[in-house]
Amino acid sequence: MRTNDVILQTVTKTVSFIILLFSVYLFFAGHHNPGGGFIGGLMTAGAIVLLYIAYDIETMKKVIPLDYKKMIALGLLIAVSTGIGSFLFHVPFLSHSFGYFYLPVLGKTELATAVLFDLGVYLTVVGVTMTIILSIGEDDE
Amino acid sequence: MAWLQLVILSPFILAIFIPFLYKYVRQIHTGWFVLILPVLLFSYLIQFLPVVSNGETVQHTVEWIPSLNINFTAYVDGLGLLFALLITGIGSLVVLYSIYYLSKEKEALNSFYVYLLMFMGAMLGVVLSDNLIVLYVFWELTSLASFLLIAYWYQREKSRYGAQKSMLITVFGGFAMFAGIILLYLMTGTYSIREIIAQVGTISTHELFLPAMLLILLGAFTKSAQFPFHIWLPDAMEAPTPVSAYLHSATMVKAGIYLVARLSPIFAGQAEWFWLVAGFGIVTLFWGSFSAVKQTDLKSILAFSTVSQLGLIMCLLGLGSAAVHFGYSKENAIYTTATLAAIFHLINHATFKGALFMVVGIVDHETGTRDIRKLGGLMSLMPITFTLAIIGTFSMAGLPPFNGFLSKELFFTGVLNASQLDIFNMQTWGMIFPVLAWAASVFTFIYSMVLVFKTFTGKYQPEKLDKKPHEAPIGMLIPPIILASLVVIFGIFPNLLSYTLIEPAMASILPSLLAPEQQFYVNIYHWHGWTTELFMTMGVIAVGTILYFTLTRWSGIYNKFPKRLALNHFYDHGLISMERVANKITRFHMTGFMRDYLVYIFAFLIVLLGGGLFTLNAFSFGQGQVAPIGVYEVILALVMVCAAVAVPFAESRLTAILLVGVVGFSVALFFVIFRAPDLALTQLIVETVSTALFLLCFYHLPKLRKEISRVPFKATNFLISLGVGVVMMLIAFSAIDNRLFVPISEYFLEASYKEAGGRNVVNVILVDFRGFDTMLEILVLGIAALAVFSMIKLRLARREDFENQ
Repeated sequence: MRTNDVILQTVTKTVSFIILLFSVYLFFAGHHNPGGGFIGGLMTAGAIVLLYIAYDIETMKKVIPLDYKKMIALGLLIAVSTGIGSFLFHVPFLSHSFGYFYLPVLGKTELATAVLFDLGVYLTVVGVTMTIILSIGEDDE
Repeated sequence: MAWLQLVILSPFILAIFIPFLYKYVRQIHTGWFVLILPVLLFSYLIQFLPVVSNGETVQHTVEWIPSLNINFTAYVDGLGLLFALLITGIGSLVVLYSIYYLSKEKEALNSFYVYLLMFMGAMLGVVLSDNLIVLYVFWELTSLASFLLIAYWYQREKSRYGAQKSMLITVFGGFAMFAGIILLYLMTGTYSIREIIAQVGTISTHELFLPAMLLILLGAFTKSAQFPFHIWLPDAMEAPTPVSAYLHSATMVKAGIYLVARLSPIFAGQAEWFWLVAGFGIVTLFWGSFSAVKQTDLKSILAFSTVSQLGLIMCLLGLGSAAVHFGYSKENAIYTTATLAAIFHLINHATFKGALFMVVGIVDHETGTRDIRKLGGLMSLMPITFTLAIIGTFSMAGLPPFNGFLSKELFFTGVLNASQLDIFNMQTWGMIFPVLAWAASVFTFIYSMVLVFKTFTGKYQPEKLDKKPHEAPIGMLIPPIILASLVVIFGIFPNLLSYTLIEPAMASILPSLLAPEQQFYVNIYHWHGWTTELFMTMGVIAVGTILYFTLTRWSGIYNKFPKRLALNHFYDHGLISMERVANKITRFHMTGFMRDYLVYIFAFLIVLLGGGLFTLNAFSFGQGQVAPIGVYEVILALVMVCAAVAVPFAESRLTAILLVGVVGFSVALFFVIFRAPDLALTQLIVETVSTALFLLCFYHLPKLRKEISRVPFKATNFLISLGVGVVMMLIAFSAIDNRLFVPISEYFLEASYKEAGGRNVVNVILVDFRGFDTMLEILVLGIAALAVFSMIKLRLARREDFENQ
């Protein structure tokens, strides 16, 4: 069926990496600029979907050998455990905190526990989107 | 967290480890590990005895949801301690018994002990909680544990039927009780039982007082199997015998009694309470004992007997509540006799009924049947079991010198006193109580004799038995021996528990009667002289003996009852017709067409929102806050309108998808124009991903064909779409002008950097200020993804299985 997807594949190789990079940027930018775990996750999923469209499912399974269902579980686990983590400091569930640190390359950097929670959101969103799309995509009846 | 909370939670904690113990320590019966816990708890709880017998109480609070007044308060007083000791004491014996009853090779012990521990913890939670909501949570957990235990042998259809029945009836009552608790909260503003009791004076005239009482009684009656809700209890006997002994005789069914006793200080003194509790109790007592006589299954006899005895205790609690009217002094101490009898009989019932259930379990285990028509002549084969059975049944029948005799005498005293009350119309109706009580005692005597003599005497029929009967192993005999010795000990030394357990429990039920430092006078003794009670007992024995020997002559009356009026018939038919009606309704609206569902949804939207706007007269069309409209916005709006209108006219599916995409991307552009980059980004990506999804589904979708449907159908569609459009527009216009509050955005703009260190307000709200929302949202997303996955993948797997066959 596919005869002429050379162009698509070639373009995808570059474009998907740009999208992936941008999605990572979006994820980290979320705290101060437009972005965040939800959008970043959706964009990452978009990049992966593009790869899946350009290549076929079998190939992609070898390239990204991830179980997206486990990714959902991991994401939820991170999100919940950041919430529970607050108990260790005797503050209510899901309390966040932030501070400024001097890191080797980045200089003065703000680190916030909210980012950890956002990471959970990010992983869940990627996992959910990919699970749904792949479930429907692999269904060949 | 104090030790007391740990007492309640420890069974749940142990339950977590049971599956591992079962799996990895196969050579030791899992029950031995479980046994340790109730024994420990019992010995821990027993040290509260001196405390409560001094009239003191112990409590400890752990905050749970303080903003809603829900706290985990453990509270020990006489009543709570009595029940807690019963739960852990009988619990230890039942666990010991179950070790011999359930084979470790054949049974799924892991689930059995998990459920049993879950039940034990829940029950301790019920009786040791001061907070009504916490009590309710544990209350429903007991129903759940009971359901799981009845359905333990879930391969049997009757087990599933019994489990469902008990669940439906007790949970129905539980919901009613929950509503009653809420009503109590509305009246008092607290969930704490003691705080509610402190406000009794002010709430008893409240208009919600009676509804609250009725709803809570419904909960108590369903749980304690009071007539007409008792029908679940005989079916619950499908559970393994240790469970029947524990849940459906000694503890769980007594939760209803506990509730009535616990809330007596609130409701006692009301005529409705007196009549409902005492009336339902006496009817249950009579009906249960009357029905027990016709049973041929040993466990069914015990089940109906339990129903009847629970009615007895309930009736006594109701009669005892009248004492509130008279105050307390040495002279009118007789009015509290009923309460005393209730407590004493509660203890006695747990001992003799527990022992009898274990005896029946032994008979079942060793002979393979519980049918009295097949049994007989086991006396010489199982002498110890026979002795235990004699002690248990004679106590149940109320014969001296066992403890059942004492509580039965007290019961007669209670009903006789009650019939002489001059309140609540008792001067005319009061005679019902002694008459019904006496008749019920006759039947109790008959079934007790049936239970012991039809099983152990008469002709031995080995050909009808599956196994060759012999005496049970010693471990199986120890628990009933302990219980039977208690029957004898309490019978000979009736005042053993008078001031350690019975008096404190009475003080918890009737606190308003006692001045500080005052105590109830409790003295139980065998010989009262030639009293009416004694003559009543003699009458019971005489008439009961005659009726027992002429049983075959008059048992025909049981067949005279019309089958159609039986309560079980109502229950079964109610269930079937409920299913039928539900099916009809479901088939009516679940047509399988997405289009129809959308019509329903949108029709509701129009009616609710439009109607709401209309009735509240919320329309307002001011121009004050409208921003100037630029040329881009007009163009975009036009594009959107054109695309939306074009969708229904699209000839191919691809065109339709693209047109919907145009609408979506235009919305994203609107976000850009209105400077909401986050929303715009989200909308763009969602559009892209959903278009990809559409493309994936494309392959599966049928060819778009011009629909040749009737004109009226299209007219409905048109009307609905028009309605939705108009309503949404009206809302949008009205929303502009109706600004009731200062926009909250100001606060977030200020706080987001200061308090959360982020300049992106949207993201800070998402992950910090409203992080809990987000957490649950991603949880929903995850569940949705798994649902999609299982819907598609599991369907495939099943079809493959089918094809392989």
